[in-house]
Amino acid sequence: MAGGAATGGSAAADTYKSARHWLLLPSWLVLVLVVLAPVCMMLIYSFLTKEFRGGVIWEPTLAAYDQFFFDRGLFGDDPPKIEWTYITIFWRSIWQAGLATILSLIIGFPTAYFIATRPERTRALWVFLVTIPYWVNLLIRTVSMKFLLRDQGPMNDFLISTGLIDDPLRIVNTNLAVQLGLFYSYLPFMVLPIYASVERYNFAMSEAAADLYATKWTTLRRIVLPAVKPGVIAGCILVFVPSLGAFLAPDLLGGAKNFMIGSLIEEQFKGNAGNWPFGAAAAMVLLTMVLILLMIFARQQRRAEASP
Amino acid sequence: MSAKTDVKNYTGFRTLTFVCLFILYAPLVVVTIYSFNASPSITVWEGFSLRWYGDVFTGPESGKFKAAAINSFSIALIAATLATIIATSAATAIVRGGIFKTRTLSLGLISLPLMVPEIVLAVATLIFFNAVGFTRGYMTILVAHIAFCIPFAYLPIQARMQGIEDTYEQAAMDLYATKAQAFRRVLLPLMMPGIISGFLLAFIVSLDDFIITNFVKGAGVETLPTAIFGSVKQGLKPNIMAISTMLLALSIVMVTLSYVVSKTDNTK
Repeated sequence: MAGGAATGGSAAADTYKSARHWLLLPSWLVLVLVVLAPVCMMLIYSFLTKEFRGGVIWEPTLAAYDQFFFDRGLFGDDPPKIEWTYITIFWRSIWQAGLATILSLIIGFPTAYFIATRPERTRALWVFLVTIPYWVNLLIRTVSMKFLLRDQGPMNDFLISTGLIDDPLRIVNTNLAVQLGLFYSYLPFMVLPIYASVERYNFAMSEAAADLYATKWTTLRRIVLPAVKPGVIAGCILVFVPSLGAFLAPDLLGGAKNFMIGSLIEEQFKGNAGNWPFGAAAAMVLLTMVLILLMIFARQQRRAEASP
Repeated sequence: MSAKTDVKNYTGFRTLTFVCLFILYAPLVVVTIYSFNASPSITVWEGFSLRWYGDVFTGPESGKFKAAAINSFSIALIAATLATIIATSAATAIVRGGIFKTRTLSLGLISLPLMVPEIVLAVATLIFFNAVGFTRGYMTILVAHIAFCIPFAYLPIQARMQGIEDTYEQAAMDLYATKAQAFRRVLLPLMMPGIISGFLLAFIVSLDDFIITNFVKGAGVETLPTAIFGSVKQGLKPNIMAISTMLLALSIVMVTLSYVVSKTDNTK
């Protein structure tokens, strides 16, 4: 999705040149007012004083960021130490999202490669099959995953009835459940960009490598992988970014112990914690991380385009 | 060609593809099957029954679900319609407006809701409505949905318009059609598949949204996802599986429709 609309294609046609600013006005109006301005407002809120029971007092302070990074003791007058609570939550989120990304890559790459090497008329159908689950409500998919993985769920019933295990696997409310949930939520995002890259790949290069006595796996590693790297990176970003800020998978599958950034932020606005500036600050930290990632990604893609 | 030099086939890739599809569909299939379970327990299978589908419409929670469904569908319909109109207008400027300074910026703005993590978007919108003093409720959900539906409506519409050469409008205008007539009578009908596809995607995205809705909804206003989430928090119940299966079927039908429509070629 990143950069999905970033190219408007060739801009030769200009039939509606004279009206273009009027045509763009509604989208600008809505997106500036409801998306861009609110994000700026969020930045301002992160520097305001909290009001108990939600909301803010319009007095500038660094309290939210201070609370995020430093521990000043119970009364706030101890010398500042690094506050590990929130950094740990962020670190856990990065770790969980990272593992989900690796898992998606392991399953997603072969799938994408397989689909891209099918005869042309069946390819679209394969792609469609991979895409459908993405359009099914994420909440319903996460609930379904929980239903399937439950201690007394169908998966455990099946494994016990086949005699593979004697006691049910306890997966729900563990880190593994969150990783599986994230992996399941965003797997189609891994397959699609890799598929697009492999489809453009010139298989004559693989044949040349084979003629020069490279084994198939060497060919894959040394020839195919470097050529489709932009697609692989795009897939990883598309899985990692939404996983990082995910709320449903950690909330429904992880339980209270496996708190991630999304739950931390949600709690500041919906839960009892009710600290809006702190929630805004945590959201700003998340947004900054994502934007840095997207910038690195954009530079990567530009470099890949420059050297075909 | 021997198997060793067949560079298009790797041992195990086919298997992993089926594993991938199995993982993607297994949870959905399992929930669909169990939604037809006669038992009030979600663990034991007691035979086929439509009991829980009846329960969704007439059971103790049916009032809540009905209100949530009316909110969900009316919001999705209005938000998708407005987002589609806004996206069509923007796509016309971007694809048929020549090269201009704010073009790249406009594209960036349109894809912004896709790049910002959803939870950040939710926080930002909540803060915005709070700062301008809007009471949270139906209207705030609607406004937020219009905004994040725009990129989903935009992408298929832009793709379609790029596929239509401008010779069609040029020909119409050579025959003394005004620009507005060329748009309404020539470009718009040709774009219809893209527009319908964009509308359907925007509709599903609005219908499915949980995170942003959860933040900007007021107390007492629920959509289907927030109502389902509230129920699930108290434990998985068979009626939730029935309602999930219905939503699941609706999404699949609409995506299939969107896919088929976007593939139709009406330029001949």
